[in-house]
Amino acid sequence: MGAALARAAQWTAAGSGTGTLEITPLNESLLNQIIKFAEDFSTRHPQEAAFVFREPLEWKTQLGCSVFEEGYEIHGATVQSEAKGKDGQPLLLLTASTLRVRSFDQLSHLLQIAMEKKLKEAQACLEANRDPIMKILGPECGTVEGEDMSMLHLLEKVKKDDDPETEMKMKICLLLHQLDLQLLNSSLKHISQDVRLNPAAINNEVNLLKNFSGKGEDTVLESLEYTSDYMFCNGCRAPPWRQVHGEICYLVIKPHDTDPLYITCSTAGVFLNGGQQKGKDDIDYERKSDVYKDIVTFLRERSPRFVKNMAKQEYNFFKEPTYEKNYQRMEVVDAKVSGQSQNLYDLTEKNVCEKVKSSAARRRSIDKKKLEPSMKWKNTGLSASHRYFSDKATKKDTEEEGRNSAVSLKIKKKASGISSESVKIQRASKCKTSGRFEDISESSSETEEDEEQPVRRQEGNTDLPSEYWGIQKLAKYLKGGNPTATVIALCSMRDFNLAQETCQLAIRDIGCLEVLINLLDTEEIKCQIGSLKILKEISQNTLIRHAIADLGGLQIMVKILDSPDKDLKCLAAETIANVARFKQARRTVRQHGGIKRLVGLLECISVGSTSLTPYQSKDTEIARCGALALWSCSKSTKNKEAIRKAGGIPLLARWLNCSHANILTPVVGTLQECASEPSYRLAIRTEGMIENLVKNLSSEHEELQMHCASAIFKCAEDKETRDLVRQHGGLQPLSVLLGNSENKQLLAAVTGAIWKCAISGENVSKFREYKAIEALVGLLSDQPEEVLVNIVGALGECCQEQINRTIIRKCGGIPPLVKLLTGTDQALLVNVTKAVGACATEPENMMIIDRLDGVRLLWSLLKNPNPDVQASAAWAICPCIENTKDAGEMVRSFVGGLELIVNLLKSKNKEVLASVCAAITNIAKDEENLAVITDHGVVPLLSKLANTLLLAMVGSTDETLQEAAAGCIANIRRLALATEKAKYG
Amino acid sequence: MHDKNCSLFCRCHQAARPGRPARPRCQGSGDAAAMSRKRQRQQLADSLGRSAKHFNKREVECLIKLFDTLVAESSSRFAAAGFDRNMFRDTLHSAFGMTDDMIMDRVFRTFDKDNDSCINVVEWVEGLSVFLRGTLEERIKYCFEVYDLNGDGYISREEMFQMLKNSLLKQPSEEDPDEGIKDLVDIALKKMDYDHDGKLSFMDFEKAVRDENLLLEAFGPCLPDIKSSMAFEQKTFQEARKL
Repeated sequence: MGAALARAAQWTAAGSGTGTLEITPLNESLLNQIIKFAEDFSTRHPQEAAFVFREPLEWKTQLGCSVFEEGYEIHGATVQSEAKGKDGQPLLLLTASTLRVRSFDQLSHLLQIAMEKKLKEAQACLEANRDPIMKILGPECGTVEGEDMSMLHLLEKVKKDDDPETEMKMKICLLLHQLDLQLLNSSLKHISQDVRLNPAAINNEVNLLKNFSGKGEDTVLESLEYTSDYMFCNGCRAPPWRQVHGEICYLVIKPHDTDPLYITCSTAGVFLNGGQQKGKDDIDYERKSDVYKDIVTFLRERSPRFVKNMAKQEYNFFKEPTYEKNYQRMEVVDAKVSGQSQNLYDLTEKNVCEKVKSSAARRRSIDKKKLEPSMKWKNTGLSASHRYFSDKATKKDTEEEGRNSAVSLKIKKKASGISSESVKIQRASKCKTSGRFEDISESSSETEEDEEQPVRRQEGNTDLPSEYWGIQKLAKYLKGGNPTATVIALCSMRDFNLAQETCQLAIRDIGCLEVLINLLDTEEIKCQIGSLKILKEISQNTLIRHAIADLGGLQIMVKILDSPDKDLKCLAAETIANVARFKQARRTVRQHGGIKRLVGLLECISVGSTSLTPYQSKDTEIARCGALALWSCSKSTKNKEAIRKAGGIPLLARWLNCSHANILTPVVGTLQECASEPSYRLAIRTEGMIENLVKNLSSEHEELQMHCASAIFKCAEDKETRDLVRQHGGLQPLSVLLGNSENKQLLAAVTGAIWKCAISGENVSKFREYKAIEALVGLLSDQPEEVLVNIVGALGECCQEQINRTIIRKCGGIPPLVKLLTGTDQALLVNVTKAVGACATEPENMMIIDRLDGVRLLWSLLKNPNPDVQASAAWAICPCIENTKDAGEMVRSFVGGLELIVNLLKSKNKEVLASVCAAITNIAKDEENLAVITDHGVVPLLSKLANTLLLAMVGSTDETLQEAAAGCIANIRRLALATEKAKYG
Repeated sequence: MHDKNCSLFCRCHQAARPGRPARPRCQGSGDAAAMSRKRQRQQLADSLGRSAKHFNKREVECLIKLFDTLVAESSSRFAAAGFDRNMFRDTLHSAFGMTDDMIMDRVFRTFDKDNDSCINVVEWVEGLSVFLRGTLEERIKYCFEVYDLNGDGYISREEMFQMLKNSLLKQPSEEDPDEGIKDLVDIALKKMDYDHDGKLSFMDFEKAVRDENLLLEAFGPCLPDIKSSMAFEQKTFQEARKL
C-alpha cells in the first residue's frame, strides 16, 4: 500500500508535508479498496488483526462520540475501546476530535461503524499518516524511496529468531504488499487511460502552436512562451524539485480573448497553475484546474477565439508535415482486476519470478527507452510484468512496421491470473525540427523580408533526384576543367531548374557551391559571370544564402563591384541583394566596404533621360542592381547610417527623378526603409523628395505605390512634411488608392500615410473634400489588423472636427468602431478608444455608442494590462459621461466599475493617472457615484497624488492635462468636505 | 606565359617557340618612295576610316602605324606587305595573352580574308575592328568562323573534340581521358544543337549565343578579354597621340 499511496495516488502539494488527497476517480477507487481491505481484515485474518501497531494511526476524525456504542467506554468527549493492548492502553482512543487506533481489529470495527463517513475517515487517516506501514510495523518496514527492503529484512529476522511477533509482522507485511499490488493494478487501469506527456511531445505542440500565434486576426493565440529558457538535459524545464512530481515545464499563454494563462505541463497532462507571483520569479505551482491531455485540449476549454481560429487553421494544423505526435499513448483495453482471490503465497512466488523477468525486460527496455512509460514503478512485480508485455508489443510492432508507419496493435496476454490486459502502443516517431532560420532583426523594419524557410526533411535512403546526378556530372567540369570547359558546364547547369529547391540543395550538397565561389575569385570574367548567374538564382533559397555567406562569398562579391565589366558588377550586386537578407550578411557587406561601393553604382550620368542609348541603359541597369542591394542592406540600422555617410541620399534623390519603375522601386524601397531614421526623414523633406514620392503614388506599379505611401507614412509625423504632401497634391492620390482594397500591403501603407497626414487640420479638410472619410469607414470591416490600426487612427484624427464626426455617424461608422473595442491588438485598441472617444463628444453619436453598450466596452478596457490602452480608454470615457443623459445611472450599472477606475489611481503611469483623474472628475459629478468612489478610498489616493503629481500637472503645458489635474484637485476638496459632512454632520 | 614585365609587343616570345622556319615574306610595294608611301597610307587611312565601322580616322592611322612598326621590326631582310602566321601568333600572344596555337591559327585564317596566308594592312584594321569593338552579331560570326576548323559551315563533333581536348586537367582516376572530353562535347551539343543534327550550324551557334552570351567563346578564347583589349587600345591610341 505504501508504493501505491506514494506513487499512484494523486496528492495535491505533492511531497511537501501534509498534502491532501484529491477527489479524483482514481483516488476514490484506491480508497474504496483500502477500506474494503481494512474492513474485511478482522474476519479474514483474525490473528493478524490482533497485532498491535508499533505506533497508533492518528488523525482528526469527524465522527462524534455518539457513534461508538458496543465495546467502547465513553467518558464525555473521550472514547476508548474496551480492548486493551499488553501495556494496558486502549487500542482505540478518541480525545476531542483526535482519534488514535492501534490495531486492525479496531480499524475494521471503526470503519464498520463509520458507515457513510468511511471514505472521509479513510482519507483523513491516510492524509495524516503518509506512511501507515511504518507506523504499523515499525520504521524498518517503512516505504523507502527506491528498493523495498522490508520483506527481506523481516525474512532475515524470522530466520534468526523464532519470535512469533516477527512472523506475524511478516505476514502482515505480505498482506499489505498484496494490497499494494492490487491497488497498483487497479490504478494502472486509471493511469494508463491518461495520455502520458513527455517533454518532446510538449515541445512539438508548443512549436506548432507558436507557428500559428502572433499578431493578427487569424492566429490562434497572441503568444505562448516557456517561463524558462533553460532546458535540462532530459528535456524538462521545470526545476528538479518539481520534476519529481512529473512536471515538465510551465508556459504563459496569451489567448486573444482572455487574461494570460499560466499552465503547468506535466506527465499527467496540462493544467492551470497559480501563475507567476507578483514581483517574484516563482510560480505558484498549485493546480487550479482540471487536467487536460494536451495544450490544445486545454485551450479549447478556455478560449472561444482559439476554438474559432483553430477551426480556420485546422487543415494546416493537422496537415502540417512536421506535426507528429510524440507521446506514447497506452490504453488498457481490457483489464480485469483479479487480485482478490489470489493466494498469497502463489503471488509471492510469482513476484520472484517476475522480478527476474523484470530485470531482463528492463535491460531491453533501455535499448528502446523511447517506449518506456515514465511511471517509475521499480519494485513491483506488476510493473515488471507490464513492462515485459509492452516490450514484447514493441517487438511485434517493429515487425509489422513495414505495413504501416504507426501501427497500433493489441496483444492479449493471459498473465496467469494477475490480469489480462492488452496494451496498445502507438509508436512514437522522431520529429526533426532542424533548419536554420533567418536571424532576428536589429532594426524595426528588418523582419519583413526575413522569411522562414520551410524545414527540409530528410527522406531517408530514398533515391536521390535525377538532378543530383546531372549536376554532379557538370560539377566535375567545374572542378577539373579549364575556363572554356568551365563556362560550358556553367551554362549547362543553368538549364536545370535552379528555382527548384532540389537543384539548389544539390548544388550545395555536391560541394559545387564552394567551386562557384572560388570561381568568383579568379580573373576569368566569363567564369565569374557564369558562376554569378547561378548564384543569383539559387540565392533565392535561405539555406543557400547562409551557405554563401559562410563560404565568404559576400566578401568576394563586394570586391567584384570594382570590376570594369558592367555585367559582372550587375550580377554581383543582384546576388548581394539576395544574400543580404539576414543580419549577419548585411553586416559582412558593410564591414567589407560594400555599402560604399554599392552607393558608387548609383553614380551615373543618365538620370532623368527617357530614351536611353544602350550605354545609358546599361548604366541604369547598374544603378538598379546597386539600389536592389542597398535596399536589402538598408534593413540594418548601421547600414542606413553607412549609406548616408557614403553619400547615398543625394544619389537616391537623383534617381527618384527618373521615370523607370524598375529602378524607382528599389530606390523608393530603400528610402522608405531608411525613413525610420530621423536624418533620412529630414533629407526626404529638404531634398525635395516628397514631390517625387507623391508623383509616384500615381504610378502604374502597385509595389512602387506602396513604397511611396509607406515612405510618406513614416515621414509624415513631421508637420512640414505633411504640408508638403498636401502642397504637391498627394492627398488626392492617397484618397484614390483607398479604392484599391484588394492589395492589403498597399492598403496598409496608404491608410498609414492618410493617418499621419490627417494629423494636420488642413489635410483633414482636403480628405473630406476627396470623400476619404467615407471610404475609410467603408473599409472598417474585414481588414487585417495592420490596416485597421491605420484606418482607425486616421478616423480618430478626422474626428477632431465636428463635421467629420457627423459624417462618420451618417455613413454608419460608429457601430463598426464600437465593435472593434472588443479587439485584442493593443495598438488598435489605443486608436479605437481615441476614435470612439472623439465621436462621443457628439450627443447624437453618443446615443448610438450607448445603445451599442460602448461605454461598458470602454470601461472594460481599463482592465487591459497595457497602460496606453488604459489611458486611452479612460480619456474616451470622459466625453461619454459628459454626453450621456443618465450617465450616473449608467456608470453605476457597471458592476465593480467604479472600484476598478479608482484602483487605477495606483498606476505608476502618468498618462493613466491624468486620464483617470479626468474620468473621475466626470464621475464625481454624480453624487451617488461620488459616495461610492469615496467608499473605495478615492480621497486618500487622490490626495496622495495631489502631493506628488497633480500639482506638477496643473503646471503642465498640455491644456487637457492641466484641466484634468485642476478638476481633480477641486474634486478632492469637494470629496473631503463631503466625507467630513458624512462623518460628523 | 608571357612575362608581364616585357613590353606589349616585345619579341622575346619568338625565342620561346623555336623550330618554326621563316616563311617567305609577302611581296608588296616595298620599294615605293617614302613620300608616295606616306600619301598612300593617308589615302588608306581615309578609306579605312570609312569602311571599318568601329574606328575613327585617327584610330585607323594609329593602327596603320602600329602595323608598319610591327612588320618592319619583324622583317630584317626586306619590308614585308604584312604579317605571316608566326608573326601574327606572336602578336596575339603578346598583346592579348592568347596561348592556344590551334585557335590562334584559326584567328589568323579568319583575319586573312583573301586566304593568301598573309594579313595585309586592310585585313589588319578590319579584323581588329571586329576583334576589339565588334558588335555581338559580328563577333558571333567571327567566332563561328574561328571554330569551324574546316570551313564547311558547321562545327562538328570532331572539331569540338579537337578544340576541347586540352580543356580538362589530367584526372588520374579517369580510365580513358578522352571519355571526359567526349562527355563535354555531348554537354555542349546538348546545350547548343537546337536542330539535333549532331553538329552546330551557324543558326544553332547564333541562337545559343544570343541566349547566353557566355557561349560566344564556347570552344576556346579567340577574343581579347576586357583588360587586355583596354590595355591594347590605350597603348595604341594614346601613346601614338603623343608621338
